[in-house]
Amino acid sequence: MTVVFYLSAAVAIISTVLVITRLHAVHALLYMIISLLAVAIIFYTLGAPFIAALEVIVYAGAIMVLFIFVIMMLNLGHKSVEQERLILRPADWIGPVVLAVVLGAEFFYMVLTGTPQSVTGNPVEPQAVGASLYSTYLLGVELVGMLLLAGLVGAYHLGKKLK
Amino acid sequence: MYSLLWLVPTIPLVSFFLLMLVGARLPKKTIAAFGAGSVGISALLALVISFTFMTSPPPQHAYTQVLWTWIGVGNFSPDIAFHLDALSVVMMLVVTVVGFLIHLYSIEFMREEEGYSRFFAYMNLFVSMMLVLVLGSNLVLLYLGWEGVGLCSYLLIGFWYKDPANGRAARKAFVVTRVGDAAMALGLFLLFTQLGTLNIQAILEKASLQWATGSTYATAAAALLLGGAVGKSAQLPLQTWLPDAMAGPSPVSALIHAATMVTAGVYLIARTNILFTLAPPVQLLVAVVGAATLLISGFSALTQRDIKRVLAYSTISQIGYMFLALGVGAYTAAIFHFMTHAFFKALLFLGAGAIIMSMHHEHDMFKMGGLKDKMPVTFWTFLAGSAALAAVPLISAGFYSKDMILWYAWSSKSGGAVLWLVALIGAFITGLYTFRMVFITFWGETKGHIDKLPGKTIKIPLIVLGALAIIGGFVDMPHTLGHFAPFSEFLHSALPEVNAFELGLGTEVLFQLIAAAAALGGIYLAYQLYLKKAIHSREVSRGAVRGAVYRFFFSGWGFDWLYDWIFVKPFLWIARVNKGDVVDAIYTGIAAVSRGLHNLVRRSQDGKVRVYAAGIALGAIITIAIAVFL
Amino acid sequence: MANIPMEHGLLLAGVLFSIGLTGLLVRRNIIFMLLSIEVMLNAAGLAFVVAGSRWGAPDGQVMFMFILAMAAAEVAVGLALVLQMYQKYKTLDVDSASKMRG
Repeated sequence: MTVVFYLSAAVAIISTVLVITRLHAVHALLYMIISLLAVAIIFYTLGAPFIAALEVIVYAGAIMVLFIFVIMMLNLGHKSVEQERLILRPADWIGPVVLAVVLGAEFFYMVLTGTPQSVTGNPVEPQAVGASLYSTYLLGVELVGMLLLAGLVGAYHLGKKLK
Repeated sequence: MYSLLWLVPTIPLVSFFLLMLVGARLPKKTIAAFGAGSVGISALLALVISFTFMTSPPPQHAYTQVLWTWIGVGNFSPDIAFHLDALSVVMMLVVTVVGFLIHLYSIEFMREEEGYSRFFAYMNLFVSMMLVLVLGSNLVLLYLGWEGVGLCSYLLIGFWYKDPANGRAARKAFVVTRVGDAAMALGLFLLFTQLGTLNIQAILEKASLQWATGSTYATAAAALLLGGAVGKSAQLPLQTWLPDAMAGPSPVSALIHAATMVTAGVYLIARTNILFTLAPPVQLLVAVVGAATLLISGFSALTQRDIKRVLAYSTISQIGYMFLALGVGAYTAAIFHFMTHAFFKALLFLGAGAIIMSMHHEHDMFKMGGLKDKMPVTFWTFLAGSAALAAVPLISAGFYSKDMILWYAWSSKSGGAVLWLVALIGAFITGLYTFRMVFITFWGETKGHIDKLPGKTIKIPLIVLGALAIIGGFVDMPHTLGHFAPFSEFLHSALPEVNAFELGLGTEVLFQLIAAAAALGGIYLAYQLYLKKAIHSREVSRGAVRGAVYRFFFSGWGFDWLYDWIFVKPFLWIARVNKGDVVDAIYTGIAAVSRGLHNLVRRSQDGKVRVYAAGIALGAIITIAIAVFL
Repeated sequence: MANIPMEHGLLLAGVLFSIGLTGLLVRRNIIFMLLSIEVMLNAAGLAFVVAGSRWGAPDGQVMFMFILAMAAAEVAVGLALVLQMYQKYKTLDVDSASKMRG
C-alpha cells in the first residue's frame, strides 16, 4: 500500500503540473481528471474509501463534466490555443513560481519540524462519517445546503443570455 | 392699568411683522396708518400708564410685569419681564411720544421714496426694540433690545442701499458699535458669574452687599458696561460712527441717532448707577469721557458744512453733557437733559429734513441761506430748537437741563473746576455752532431753489416738538427760580440724589449767570461772524495753520484717520498676507499627503484579478512566516 | 494497512496547493484559473483527510465533503460567469476584461 501511495502521489503531482501548463483546455481537463483519480487512490490508501468514491463521482465526474459543458458551449477551437500561446509568456512564470515555491517551502518547514506522526491507514467507515455528519456537523450540513441553493440560483441567474 | 404695559412694545412689533409680511402689497395710506398708528396707540398707552404711575404710584414706586420665563438653564433663567419705575416711565414716554411725532412726520417725508413699507417696518421694529431696552427687567432682555436697536440703526442708515456709500456708513456704524457691545456682553458674563443673576434690581441689591466700593469686580463690571455705553452713545473713543450715520433718512437721524437710541448708553449707566457708585475710578472716567467728547465734537461741529453733520456732532456733544452729569452723580440731571435733548434734537433733525427736502436734497448749509421768510413754520420751530440746543436762558428747555449739569459739575463732590470749565467752554461753543447754522441757513441771500413747502403732517410734529423744546424745561426749575422740581422728585424714586456740596443760593445764581453769559456769548459771536460779516467757511480756513486746524476739526479730530491706521490698515495687511490662508496650508498639506498615499495605493488596484490573487498569496506567505518563524 | 508518515500526505497536499497557486497566478484564461482553484481546493481537502485518518476520526472526511460542496457551488457560479464574460467581451482573458484604469 505504501508503494501505491507514493506512486499515486507522483502521478498526482505530474498530472497537476500538466494541468496548469496545457494550452488546450480539454487537455488540461483530462489531466485534471487523472490528478483527481490519483488523489482518490490516495484517499483509499489513507483509509477513506467513501471519500475516494466521492472524489471520483463528484469531482472527476460531475464538476469536470460541467467544465466540459462550458468548453463545448463556448466552442473554443484552435484559435483559442493560438491565443493562449500568445498570452502565456514564459516570463510570466517567474513571479508566481517564486511565490509558490516560497509558500511550499514554508509548508515543508512547518510539516518537517513537527513531531513525526504516522497514519495508521485503518479505514474510517462511511457509517461513522454519516453519523458525524448528521450529529456534530448538522448545522454545517444545513449551511452547505443553503450554499448550494445560492449557487444554484446564482448560476441560473448568471447563465441567462445577455439582452 | 399696569397690566397693559406689555402692549406698549408689542403693538409696534406686531405692526412690524405685518408690514414686513404684506407691506409691499398695501397702499401707502394703509402702510402709514399701520406704521404711525401703531406707535400712536403705543404712545397713548404709555401716556395713560404714566399718568396712572404719577397719580397712584405702585408700591415702592416700581411695577414688574413678568410675562414668561425666556430661557431656563440651571440657575440662569431670565424672564420676559417689564420693569416700570420712574426712570423707565420717562424713557418710555420720550420714546413713544417723540417716536410717534417722527412717524407722523415720516408719512409725508418718505412718501416719494421707494420702500415705504420697509421704512415703516424698520421704524416700528426700532420703537419696539427701544421699548424693550428701556422696559426690560433683566440685562439679557435689555441686551436683546440693545442689539435690536443696533440692527434697526444698521438697516435704516443703509435704507437707501443702492448707494454703496450708505451701505458703508451702515456697516461702519454696525461694526463700531459692535466693539462696545462686545464689551457689554463681557460685562454681563462677569455680572452673572459673580452675582448669579442678571435681573437688574437683584444685581443692584447684591452688588452693594457683595462688593466693597472700589473692588476689582465692581470696577471691571462698571468699566465693561461703560464700554457698551460709549459704543452705543457715540462717545470717545467710539464716536466716529455717528456723523456717518447721517446717511440715513432725516427721520431716522431724528429718532435713532439723536432722540432715543444713542442715549441708550445714558440710560444703561443711569439704570446700573449703583455699580458705578461702587467703582469711583470708572465714574470719574464717565465724566472725563463726557467732558472730552463734548469739547471735541463741539469743535468739529464748528467746521461742518453739511447741516446734518453739524447736528450729528452736536448730538455727540450733548450726550457728552449727559455722560458728564452721570459721571458726577447727577443722574436726574442726565435724564432731564436726555428728555429735553430728545425734544429739541428731534425737532432740529426734522426741521433740517424739511429744509433738505424742500431744497432738493441739498445738505450744504452754504447753499441754503435766506430761508427765514420762505419757510416760516420751519424757521420758527427750528429757531426754538436751536435756542434750546444753545441753552438760551429762561425761555428754552435746554437751558434748564444744561444749567443743572453745569451746576452739578461744579458742586458735586465728584465734580470739580476742570469739568465745569470744560462744560462751560462747551456751552460757549454750542451757542456758536448752533447759531452759525441758524444764521447761515435762514439769513443772508437765497442761494437755492425751493421745490415744495412741507405739508401739514410735517408741520404738526415740528410745532409740537417746538412747543416741547420751549416748555419741556419748566418741569424742573433750579432753586434760584423758586422751588419747583417735580421732575427730579419724580425720578428720585428710582435714581439717587446728587451728593453735592451746599454752596448757597448766591453761588448758584453766579454760576447760572456765567453759564447764561457763555451761551449768549457764543450766540453773539456767531451773530458777529456769520450774520454781520457773513463769512464763508473758505475764509475761515484761509492760511496754512488755520487751514490745518480747520481740516483737523472738520475730520472730527482725525479719529477716522487714526483708527484707519491703528485697526483697519493692519487688519487689511494681515488679511492680505493671509490671503492664501497660512493656517490652511497645514490642512492642504494633509490633503496632499493623503492624495499622494492614495495614488500610491491606487497602483495596487488595477482591476487585474491575478494581481489581487498574488497579493493574497503574498499576504498568506508573510502571515505564515510570522506565525512560524517568530 | 500501510504505515505512511502523515508528513508525506501533508506535503503532497502542500505541493498540489502550490502548483494550483502557480496556475492561478500565471494563467490569464479564466477557465484555467477556475481549474487551478479546483486543484487548490482539492489539496486543502486532501490535507483534511490526511489529518483525519491520522486520528482515525471522521471529522476530516466531513470537512472534505463540505469543501466538495463548496467547490461544486463555486464552479457552478464561476462557469456561469465565464459564459457571461465570453458573451460580453468575446474573450476569456481576464486582463482584457478589466475596465478599471489602475
